[in-house]
Formats: sequence, C-alpha cells, structure tokens
Amino acid sequence: MDLYEHQGKELFARHGIPVPRGIIARTREAARAATETLGGTSVVKAQVQVGGRGKGGGIVLADSPDEAETAAARMLEEGFQGRRVTRVLVEERLPIAKEFYAAIMLDRSTGTDLAMVAAEGGVDIEELALAKPEAIRRLHIDPEIGLHPYHLRALTSALPPEARDVVENVLAGLYDVLTKEDCTLVEVNPVVLLTDHRVFALDAKVTVDDNALWRQRKTEMMKSSFPTDPVEFRARKAGLQYVKLDGEVGVVGNGAGLVMSTLDLVQQAGSAAADFLDVGGGASAERIATSLEVVLSDPGVRVVLVNVFGGITRCDLVARGILDALERIKSSVQTVVRLEGTNAAEGRRILEEAADPRIVPTSTMLGAAQTAAELAKGRAA
Amino acid sequence: MAVLVDETTKVVVSGITGREGMFHALRNRAYGTRVVAGVTPGKAGRDVEGIPVFDTIGDAVAATGANTSLIFVPARFSTEAIYEAADAELRLIVCITEGIPVRDMGRVASYLRGMPSTLVGPNSPGVISPGRANVGIIPGEICTPGRVGVVSRSGTLTYQIVHELTQRGIGQSTCIGMGGDPVHGIGFIDSLELFEEDPETDLVAMIGEIGGDDEERAARFVAEKMSKPVVGYIAGFTAPPGRRMGHAGAIITGTSGTAQAKAHALEAAGVKVGRTPTEVAELVEATLS
Repeated sequence: MDLYEHQGKELFARHGIPVPRGIIARTREAARAATETLGGTSVVKAQVQVGGRGKGGGIVLADSPDEAETAAARMLEEGFQGRRVTRVLVEERLPIAKEFYAAIMLDRSTGTDLAMVAAEGGVDIEELALAKPEAIRRLHIDPEIGLHPYHLRALTSALPPEARDVVENVLAGLYDVLTKEDCTLVEVNPVVLLTDHRVFALDAKVTVDDNALWRQRKTEMMKSSFPTDPVEFRARKAGLQYVKLDGEVGVVGNGAGLVMSTLDLVQQAGSAAADFLDVGGGASAERIATSLEVVLSDPGVRVVLVNVFGGITRCDLVARGILDALERIKSSVQTVVRLEGTNAAEGRRILEEAADPRIVPTSTMLGAAQTAAELAKGRAA
Repeated sequence: MAVLVDETTKVVVSGITGREGMFHALRNRAYGTRVVAGVTPGKAGRDVEGIPVFDTIGDAVAATGANTSLIFVPARFSTEAIYEAADAELRLIVCITEGIPVRDMGRVASYLRGMPSTLVGPNSPGVISPGRANVGIIPGEICTPGRVGVVSRSGTLTYQIVHELTQRGIGQSTCIGMGGDPVHGIGFIDSLELFEEDPETDLVAMIGEIGGDDEERAARFVAEKMSKPVVGYIAGFTAPPGRRMGHAGAIITGTSGTAQAKAHALEAAGVKVGRTPTEVAELVEATLS
C-alpha cells in the first residue's frame, strides 16, 4: 500500500524525522485559510499515490492565500494524471540551502535492506544513477544486525560536512520507520538543508507491506482515505483480488499468474481485459458468484471469461457459482467458461445440463481467450 | 534421480491437524509420498489417519527420521515453523502459506544463509517429482514422469503449462513452485543449477512473471552456465505499471521488471520464450525432438 505524502510524514514525525509544518485542506477555502495560518505563503501539494508531481503541476509555490486557493481549486477539480485528488497538503515555505536524496528499501533479491543517499536531491534518481553513479552512496543492511553508525558514516560521506550529522539522524529515523512500521520503501526526495543548518524531509514516499497490516492498525486505518472505484470497493469487501482495467472482456480466474496470462492471451487475440480478478485458492460457489457479480457490475464489460485450473479449487463448485450468479443477475452478457483440473468433468456436466444460452463452454485456455475476444468484437460492432 | 524430492523424502507436516494441512498431507501420502509425521503444538500423541503427531519438529525427526518439512500453518506463525525446521537441519523446507509479512521473510532469508536447509516458498504450490513424491498442493494427476524440469513463480499457471506438456506426452522430472512472494527461498538460478546437474533432466521450462529481477538474473546464469536447453514463459505483458496483481512479488515499478524486459533478457541468453502456455509446450516438444 502506497501512502499519501502527508500520511508518510505522519509516520516520519512519529519517528523523530523533522517535517515542515503542514495542514491538510479538502476545499479551496481551507487551502486559503491554511496559507494564512502559515504566514501568507505556502506550498500546495496534491495528495496522490503517484510520483512526478513536481513536473506535472501537482506542486505549486503560492505567494499569497489567493494563489494557494486557485492552485488548490484546480487540483481538487481536475485531479492529477487521471487520479482523483480529495485533499491537498498546504505546507510552510522554507529557506533551502541544499537538497539531497535519501531512501531505504527492501531489496527483494536478497531480503536485505538497501539504503541510498545522493548529494543531489529533487532529481530523478534513476536518471542520476545512469548519469552520475558516483554521486550515489548505496549499501545493504542485513536485518540480522540492523543499522549501525558505520553504515550512516558511509552513506553520508558524499555529502557536505555540515550536512552529515543531520542527514544521519534522518536516515536513522527512516530505518526506524521502515522496520517498525513494516514498510518496503521509505524515500525522501528531497531531504533539505536550510540556510540555518536545520534539516527537513520535504517529501515522503512510503510503501507499507499489505501482508503486515494486521499488526499495523494505525496504518491500516489510512487505507480508507484512498478513493476507489465502486466496483473495486465491492471486490475488496468480498476479499477478492481485483484490479480494474480499461478493456471489454471481464476476466475471472484462480491464481495471479494464470489470470495475468489470461489477460495477455485476450490481448493477443485482439481484445483487451476489463479487469484482473483472482478468486484465490479453494474458492466456494458463493465466492465465484460474487466474482461474476463484481465483474458484471462494470458497464464496460461486453463478455466474461472464466478460466479456472482447479488444484485446491473444485471445478464443480465453480460451475455452480456461475449458475447462481447468472440466476441472480439479469444480464444478457455471455460468459465463456474454461474448466480444467480438479472435478473439471463434473463442472462441465453441470454447465451442460443447465443449457443456459449465455454460457459458452470451451475446452482450452487459448480457445477460451480467442472465443471471448471474438464475442467482444461482435458485440462492439 | 529428479531433484529436491524423491523416494528418499520423508515429510513432516507442520499444521497437520488444520483443514488444509490434513487434506494435503493425506493427498501427498495417497500419491505415494512418505509422509511420516505431523507437528501441532499441544497435540503430541495423536495421529492423523495413522500419521503420528508431535509437539516439535525435533521430536518428529528423532522418532521418524523425517528430512523434509511441509508447512501449512497460518501466516503469523509460519516464519517460526521455518526457523524450527532449519534448526532441525532438515534438507528441504516447503512453505505453502501465503501472506507472510515480507520483512519477516527478509530475516528468515538472512538466517538461512549458510544453513544446510533449502527453502521453497513461501506462497508456493510445492514440489513434485512425478511418480516419486509430491510435497505440497500441486495436483499429482496432471503430471507424468519424464525428463523436463519445471520451475515457476506461479501456482495455477504452472498447472496449465504442466498439463499442456502432459497432454503432448512430455513428462517431467521435477516441478518446483518457488512461490510468488518478493523474498523467497529457492529461485530460478538455484533450480536451473539443480536441473543442469540432474542426469534425468534434459530440458528446463521456466515460468516467470512481472516484478523483481529474478528472470533477468536467471538469464545471465543461462548464458554463462547452462548446457541444457531452456524454454521460458513470462506472464503479465498487459499488466499496467504500478498496479498490484495479486502476487506480492508481481509489482512493476518503472521500466525494469516488465514482461518485455524479462522476455528480451531471456531471449538474448538463448532461451526460447513462448507467447502462450500452449506455445511453451510446443517449443519444448520441438526442442526435444
């Protein structure tokens, strides 16, 4: 789960990392009032779960409450890169002397943490890594021994002397956030050194491990602040792994890899998937029925494709779930079904006996994707 | 020969008295696997259809000579079960459980370095050497004995490809489900290494997906070390960047980790990459003939 900047800064503050004074505003009026509170100038920052705000108009330096109000109004109305903006962060302006980059992330290839510090901040770190690799200090921290002062000294050695101690404190705080809040990424771009030698985290990019939310209750509550598509909301409530996409074939399957592969085959067949929906392992008839309801509630869906390879999932239950859903939903959308694996013969027999014209049985995964794509094109014509 | 599991495998199942643990322990035994013990703290002295239950893995090993751990316990207790199996020096630990916090796995990975145990998983469907032993939840009936080694990050997608191989009469030496989590035990490289050395494996099929750089690193290994042919598949060509598609490991950020990048890396290393599971089976068939 990617946090909003202001939520990330909440975690930072809790672990002793200095952040600018900031006020959350959900209306243009609130942004004006916040700027007045901060002394008449501010930085207005759209809160979204994507990067690139600086270049894309998502961050505005406001020299007056008027300017802050105008900027906030635009962000709240227009959103940012297709995402809804429900709030902006209004922050104090600071006298910046120097900018740096600092991040610690879990390195999935080793299971250890990778810390990175660069003497240049506010830049695209991937570009910097290519253009000036020597500007970046990086080292791995083994979770068995944790972060030590020698790590900090090595990481800050590329920074100007007056910045080293204060940035070391920021890094120690970041490591604390990473390990105690179950994060996989904490990134500050930029860390700023002020003219009076104080240091602040000007930005916060924090990713929290979804698998650990059960023991991070405070963070889990932040989840509710993200705007979701109504269909996604429904799927999440049912505990389904669902991602809304832009195509016309509603895909339901068991297992993330199989569903991703199904999406690819649908595209190769000349159509596009309307979603990714993984029912998980050992799904019941009820779960399958709910999945179909979720997919069919998306008005963009012209055809449904159910692709199940039963291991612990039983295909007879999948077939019953499909029939239950079609009985409940008065939809004319055709459902292409491909069942293989555990109890597949029984599942196919159940569908055959139901003789519902909306069900199109197919025998192979490739054939199912091709049939679904053709039906989708036929309906579009 | 096969790799990782065979006739000498003796399995102790952690969480054997749970619904999933019991179901699959019995299914593995029915397949012919030697499932010799179960572990559920506080339930020592009982048995599950003749499989004795112990309080600790240590007790189970002392009484039965178990050498392989199969873990079905819930996510919050799974890392403990892995540590316990590693301390008992079992040669193989297969963790089926999904949903383990990734930082906990980081510590496990760190602890296991230099230990004798090989970890498969977590979030793994298990390991099967068809006709010899099945340790996990891969349906035995879709496999058939043969000379193709299979290694995959996925579960049901592996079943799909194995099924397509079996339907063409192409059998498998061993199928390794390495699991879909970002931090995991055995990877493509370790698996390729095992298959390269296995005299009963002629070709390896590797099934990857978006996220991470396991496939890219495997490609370098194939180019430098593999003499046996490798056929590949990557799922997730149409996955939108930055969106999570179920597997915790399958997150693309930026350009690296995309399906395109992975397929290119593999092809540059001489791996034939199928665009569909069916084409993977066709490529395997063509390469073997």
